[in-house]
Amino acid sequence: MSRLGNLGSRLHHGEIGYDFIKNRRIWYGVSILITIVAVLGLAVRGLNMGIEFQGGAVFTTPKHMSTSVAQAESYAHDASGNEAIVQKLGDGSLRIQIAGIETGKSDQIKETLAKDLKVDPEHINADLVGPSWGEQIANKAWQGLAIFMVLVVIYLAIAFEWRMALAALVALVHDLTITTGVYALVGFEVTPGTVIGLLTILGYSLYDTVVVFDSLKEQTKDITRQTRWTYSEVANRSINGTLIRSINTTVVALLPVAGLLFIGGGVLGAGMLNDISLSLFVGLAAGAYSSIFIATPLVADLKEREPQMKALKKRVLARRAQGAAQGESLEAEPAGVTAGDEPESEGAAPATAAAVGPHNQSVSRGRGRGRPPGKR
Amino acid sequence: MTVKNGRSASAQGKPGRSLALILIAVVALIGSMFVSGNTSPRLGIDLAGGTSITLRAVPERGQESAINKANMDTAVSIMERRVNGLGVSEAEVQTQGNDNIIVNIPKGTNSKQAREQVGTTAKLYFRPVLATDVTGAAPANPSPSASHEVTDRSTGTATPSGPPTPSAAETQQGRAVTDALKTDATPSPSPSSGSGDASSKLQAQYASLDCGKQSVRATAGKGVLPTEATVACGRNAQGQWQKYLLGPAVVDGTDVDKAQAVFDAQGASGWIVQLDFTSQGGKKFADITGKLAQKQAPQNQFAIVLDGDVVSDPYVRSAITGGNAEISGSFDQQSAQSLANMLSYGSLPLTFKEDSVTTVTAALGGEQLQAGLIAGAIGLALVVIYLVVYYRGLAAIAVASLMVSAMLTYALMSLLGPAIGFALNLPAVCGAIVAIGITADSFIVFFERMRDEIREGRSLRPAVARGWPRARRTVLVSDFVSFLAAAVLFVVTVGKVQGFAFTLGLTTLLDVVVIFLFTMPLMTILARRKFFAGGHGWSGLDPKRLGAKPPLRRTRRPSAPVETKEA
Repeated sequence: MSRLGNLGSRLHHGEIGYDFIKNRRIWYGVSILITIVAVLGLAVRGLNMGIEFQGGAVFTTPKHMSTSVAQAESYAHDASGNEAIVQKLGDGSLRIQIAGIETGKSDQIKETLAKDLKVDPEHINADLVGPSWGEQIANKAWQGLAIFMVLVVIYLAIAFEWRMALAALVALVHDLTITTGVYALVGFEVTPGTVIGLLTILGYSLYDTVVVFDSLKEQTKDITRQTRWTYSEVANRSINGTLIRSINTTVVALLPVAGLLFIGGGVLGAGMLNDISLSLFVGLAAGAYSSIFIATPLVADLKEREPQMKALKKRVLARRAQGAAQGESLEAEPAGVTAGDEPESEGAAPATAAAVGPHNQSVSRGRGRGRPPGKR
Repeated sequence: MTVKNGRSASAQGKPGRSLALILIAVVALIGSMFVSGNTSPRLGIDLAGGTSITLRAVPERGQESAINKANMDTAVSIMERRVNGLGVSEAEVQTQGNDNIIVNIPKGTNSKQAREQVGTTAKLYFRPVLATDVTGAAPANPSPSASHEVTDRSTGTATPSGPPTPSAAETQQGRAVTDALKTDATPSPSPSSGSGDASSKLQAQYASLDCGKQSVRATAGKGVLPTEATVACGRNAQGQWQKYLLGPAVVDGTDVDKAQAVFDAQGASGWIVQLDFTSQGGKKFADITGKLAQKQAPQNQFAIVLDGDVVSDPYVRSAITGGNAEISGSFDQQSAQSLANMLSYGSLPLTFKEDSVTTVTAALGGEQLQAGLIAGAIGLALVVIYLVVYYRGLAAIAVASLMVSAMLTYALMSLLGPAIGFALNLPAVCGAIVAIGITADSFIVFFERMRDEIREGRSLRPAVARGWPRARRTVLVSDFVSFLAAAVLFVVTVGKVQGFAFTLGLTTLLDVVVIFLFTMPLMTILARRKFFAGGHGWSGLDPKRLGAKPPLRRTRRPSAPVETKEA
């Protein structure tokens, strides 16, 4: 833990912190940019749909084939009359993809291939897909996505409030767009496995967001009864407070997926494991990013529009102005004040009214602490 | 408990009891795993090897409503019958989603033949019986061949009076009539058009037919044109195999409009099968029954032939002209329903399309299983290492909890195999691996909460007491979202996606169980140990390392929104 633990402690005490809310416009910009790139990628390059979406067959031979790829391609072409794509996998087996053949003819093709390749047809793995199968999976996925989104928005609106539900939804759509965009741009093949991975991101992306929101809700419970901080500031504290957990969660979630990716990609060559873990990997990373940089700042933005919160902000600013006038420094504030409490973090706010200290280390920190931060 | 905290008192009050509860649950599940002999999860086709066929029902134009549960179930039972008729052991046929049927055929069986079987549409014909005989020996004790009678439902009254007994006598007579075919008598709708040659050939075939042999049954009467006479096998009410010599088809499956099994309370004939014909079918049926009624047994019988097997052979005593018939006699609920199912199948306005066929050799299946397990092991090891580095002593609790969770998952998967037909496939393995992250995250939430409390200057026991209720809420809320995703996926999707969703949902549920009944009580108990309570350097709870504040001196602001932090 040492370093990271220390970081956790300093984040906790607000000794350090990043002002997510204040800089939110930058991150919105970054996200919008990424989203535009993703959408452009989708529009221009399109997704590289796997054989499951076109209909056709994938045959996988036993390991250690001596036949060359070109030879296998010509065999497959002869057997099926269609173009074939042949890959040699890590273990020396051949993966032969033939698009556009009917499931009914596949047995014959398989037998011809087996004869040409001199292997027992019983030892050839076959994956035959009708032309509408992938579409069907995709349709059901869309359907599932829609149902899930409706349910989750209702749930979040009840458990939290509609603003959070909306922000979570935006973050979710953001993650999905980025993930599909990456697929379009890099040209990874989209298979049912990819769809599964993508659907898992649904749960995971929200899972992360919900944990941050839960803390936000708790910390802003009695916010109108004080005049020390605005909603945005508390929101910022709450992100910083859960930052360590978010990092830990993402790392812990990514580690097994990385294991899958390594085994699926490195050892098995291609296949379901690889497809699922690849889209998960991309999506999880996007999910962690969006719950911190997008979802919570969005909630803060929406919240600050509430009359109550506007009034609170006014009160906070007034109090700070008064404090400054009386020459009372921030030092007087009791422990627990974040570094983030200094500037009026509203980028849209007319003025940064309050007197502010340096960003990283609140002045009150050094006093009365048992030991200086950073020392073990 | 030194801490009197109302909210957490119940949760923390009896940690020993919760621990005992979950340990009993683990032992009970593992025990029943061994007792029932299901010591490992059933493997899906992609891990065990075999062929998996996904069929999609395509309704006829204008009959979109035909895709409903009743019709799909009928189709499943027919397909099951056909696949298992091949002698395929343990082939399973099940519906999935609204319009899919999955046929899983384990390795080592002729998947090609099986595919042909499920792929083709079932052929149901009504053929007049020319001759019939119980297979094998025992001519001394011939059983009544036709224990069922078909009667006109619309005229009603005629029905119940005729008990099936006369047929026994008639059959005996009937056997004598068998020869009639050779000499004079082509029964009216008959194969007479065929030359005498073909007829005698068929006779010879009939004479040598031994329906007692499975291999014979698998070929007898298969692939015959409906316009030709044929031989076929069927099982009579006594469960004996019986052979038949049948005339050309006179009514076919599509002529049946509807068939259902009903219990005839008034007529005292017990379970019966009601049969409604289409108008065209009704005419054909009236025609044939009119002719059959004048004949002697067994030629007053007609055989209902499904895919070359005789599934029923009722006799007729009068012409049935109304287009509505009922078949009665010695049915029980099951046999009546099964017959009704078969009769309806022919009229199902559905065809089935092969959407995907996956054949996995046992070698590849084993490899994929191994790869999945290795990936899981690597993932788990990485998570454990990360936890140990970051949480030190606390990691022991997390790892123990993960182990409990893993044991529960494994035991439940093994037990659910036979119970609900759960089979572990590759996506399910994937789901389980991904779930390691979700499960571990709950512990992280809890630990971070606790550590935050320690940072506030509390000692461990109050920190646990205060941290738990907050962590609990977070865990519940976030697990709910995760479970919701899994549940929606499970309901909406098919095939591989469903396997994935199932594992994810199961592990999410178990995560909640484990953190409530295991992690939290264990933490409470360990919080009393000096190693943790004293904040040993390796405990992961060292206040100094956590940068705890000195004990609280000031009175804290009452309304401070930031008094505590989320973990």
